[in-house]
Formats: sequence, structure tokens, C-alpha cells
Amino acid sequence: MMQGFRHIEDATLDYDADRCIGCGNCLAVCPHQVFELGQGKAVCRDRGECMECGACALNCPAGALQVRSGVGCAQAILHAWLARIPLLRRVFTPDACCS
Amino acid sequence: MKLPDVFKTVLVRLGIGRDSYRIAPGLYALGSPDTDSPVVVTCNFKLTFDILRRELAGRSYWLLVVETYGINVWCAAGKKSFTSEEVAQRVKESNLDKVVSHRSIILPQLAGPGVSAHRLRKLCGFSGVFGPVHIRDLPRFIDAGMQAGPEMRTVKFPLSQRLAVAFVELYGARKFLLWVLLACLLAAALGPGGFSPVKILSAGLGAFATVLTGFLTGVFLVPALLPRIPFRAFAAKGLLAGAIIGLIPAGLLAGTLPQALAQIMACSAFASWFAMHYTGSTPFTSLSGVDREMRRYMPVQGGLLLIAVLVWLIWSWL
Ligand code: SF4
Ligand code: SF4
Repeated sequence: MMQGFRHIEDATLDYDADRCIGCGNCLAVCPHQVFELGQGKAVCRDRGECMECGACALNCPAGALQVRSGVGCAQAILHAWLARIPLLRRVFTPDACCS
Repeated sequence: MKLPDVFKTVLVRLGIGRDSYRIAPGLYALGSPDTDSPVVVTCNFKLTFDILRRELAGRSYWLLVVETYGINVWCAAGKKSFTSEEVAQRVKESNLDKVVSHRSIILPQLAGPGVSAHRLRKLCGFSGVFGPVHIRDLPRFIDAGMQAGPEMRTVKFPLSQRLAVAFVELYGARKFLLWVLLACLLAAALGPGGFSPVKILSAGLGAFATVLTGFLTGVFLVPALLPRIPFRAFAAKGLLAGAIIGLIPAGLLAGTLPQALAQIMACSAFASWFAMHYTGSTPFTSLSGVDREMRRYMPVQGGLLLIAVLVWLIWSWL
């Protein structure tokens, strides 16, 4: 869908079809239309478009979805790394980001 | 977005007058809503609120504004200030159950990473329905009985938006650029400049021009041409674009071949670094992807820069 805008193919998104009750919540919240509905259950259409925002997992009432969610932002990740170093911990906070 | 909006967004994103861009949380009436009117939940970022009012002009809705500290919906949800608990608290505080007779509220789709619709029902008795990504689609969504097609639900990233966020990066980096200028002049004093102030200035400014070229390549060119530059990794796109654009300062400023190569390497390294930082402004990069990209390319960037600086300095001592 986002032609030319793909980053990685192996997002940490994990979908357990056995648990899915077909409510469709994940279809509604996903900003990249990763899921579609088929035969009363969600179907993972394209995992490569997942940006690990976590919206689907948070909104799945059946606990069928898991994802290591976070922001794909180099600055935030860098700050999180730097915050692990003892002395620098005072300057950098793990969730520092554009505010 | 129309042009004035882009500018306003830029101003707001730059953080100019941040406090005047917050509005008080609570329930607002748009038009003359009654007990059957839809309730639209939004953040307290003034720009979002203004767009809502403009796009929904002539309609009668309730607007429930939650406290996100003047931050937009997407970032507030990601940073967990736009949460189920926050929405539930505002619902209760505003006595929404006495204001409307129905029990559903419309949430911005992009609040999804922070708000859980089914949890909301448990917390405050109102069930959340996720609306479309863009406010302009909201009336169509409501008129269609709260139904959104895939096109209303998908995030896009057009050129205008890519460039608007690039301006923010530019402004954010102004201090960094000042430090780089000082570092370049200092290095020039130690190396190529010798003891002549004129030489120090020309060598230092030459080095700074190289950094600036890399910076502009990473901040503007890569985002503008994003889908057209090969490679998935932003850092890789930056390396390539920086090496090509680096030919310009190398051709104009370098006296010798090693110096030219040093300039190309430095330009490539900086373009890569800034292109990598642009990941935070895009609506499609993931934590895993950026994490991996950084582990892979930061050593390359550091290595290139180190070699470039050494070549530049050593060549002047020879
Ligand atoms: S984590 Fe976000 S992008 Fe990935 S599938 Fe879930 S909702 Fe879609
Ligand atoms: S939200 Fe969960 S239960 Fe509902 S359709 Fe998606 S995976 Fe299935």
C-alpha cells in the first residue's frame, strides 16, 4: 500500500489465529492495513508493513496479538542507549523524543 | 494540508510559543449538539483542535479534549499520555453520561497505540469507535454510520509532509551546526591552517561546508527523494546520496585527490547520520528496523568520518 515505503520485512508482530475471535479491532486501528478479515478471523496480509506501533495488540480483546512496540526513531533509540551508561543517565532519558 | 497549515505546523513543531498551543481539556460544543450528537475525542494540541473546528464547521458535535500536554495524537499515544485512563477520566469529569443519551465516543485512529477501546468501556461505560486517520474524513465516516474504508484508515506520507518535517530537523540542528563550525575551525588550526589566520579560516570553513552539504543531503534530499533512492535502510540511502553530492564540495574546494576523497567520505557519513535520524519523522519505520539499522551503520559512519578527518589533517602535515 505504501509503495516505496517499506523498511523491514520481519517485524516482531506475532499473531495467534487460534485465539482470534474475529472482532475486527485490529483492522480498524492498524495505520498500514496489515490485517484483513477472512472466514471470521483476522488474516495477516503483509507483515512487512507493520511499524510496531502496538495499536493492534492493545486493542485485541482476545490477546491474539503480540508485538514489541515502540517508536522507530533513531534519536529516541540513541537516547535509550545513552541512558544506560551510568554518568550519562542524568542527561538522557530513555523516552526522550520530540516533545 | 494547505500551505498556511504547513507553515503553522512547522512553527508549532519548532516549539515556538509552545504554551499558547495548548487548549484546556474538557467537553466543547461544536454548533448546537444535543443528546444524540456524536462525541469526538481529540488531543489538546491547538492546531489539531483548530483543524477539527474548521473541517467540521456547520456540524453539531461534542468535542471531548483530553490532556496530551499540547502534543499531537500520534506522538501522545506513542508516549502514553493519550491513554484509555486519560479518556475515561475526561468522560467522567465532564459528566458525559448526562450530556448524551448514547454510549459511544469516536477516537482518532492514530490514538490506537495508547487507547484500548474495549478497556475504555470497562473504565467508563462508553465504548470507543476508531474514526478515520484524517479529520477531513470524519463527516463522511459519521454519515456512513461510523464506517471507514481502507483508504480512510491508511497513513500516507506525501512530499509536502516529508518536507514540512525536514524543516523541523533543520531548526532542531542549529546548535549542533554551531558546534561543528567551531570544531572545524579548531581542527583547521591544528592541521591545514598552520599558523596563518586566513588559512585557518579557509580550511575550517571548507570543512564546515562539507559537513553542511552532508547535513542538507541527509535532512532534505534523502526525505524528498525517499522512495526513489535505492536501499531500505535510511542510513544506506544517506551514504549513497552523500557520496554523490559530496562530489560538489570535493570538486570545488579540494586541492588534492586525497583531500577530495576525504570530503566525499565525510559528506557521506554526515548524510547517512542525518538520514538515519529522519526515521523518527516517518510513519512507517519500526523499532526493530531502526535499531538494526543503527547497529549496522553507526560504525560505518564513525569509521568514514575518522578516516576523512585523519586524511585531511595528515595530508596537511606532510
Ligand atoms: S503494530 Fe501497528 S502497524 Fe503493526 S500490525 Fe499492529 S497496528 Fe499495524
Ligand atoms: S483484534 Fe484480535 S480478536 Fe479481533 S480480529 Fe484482530 S486478532 Fe482477532
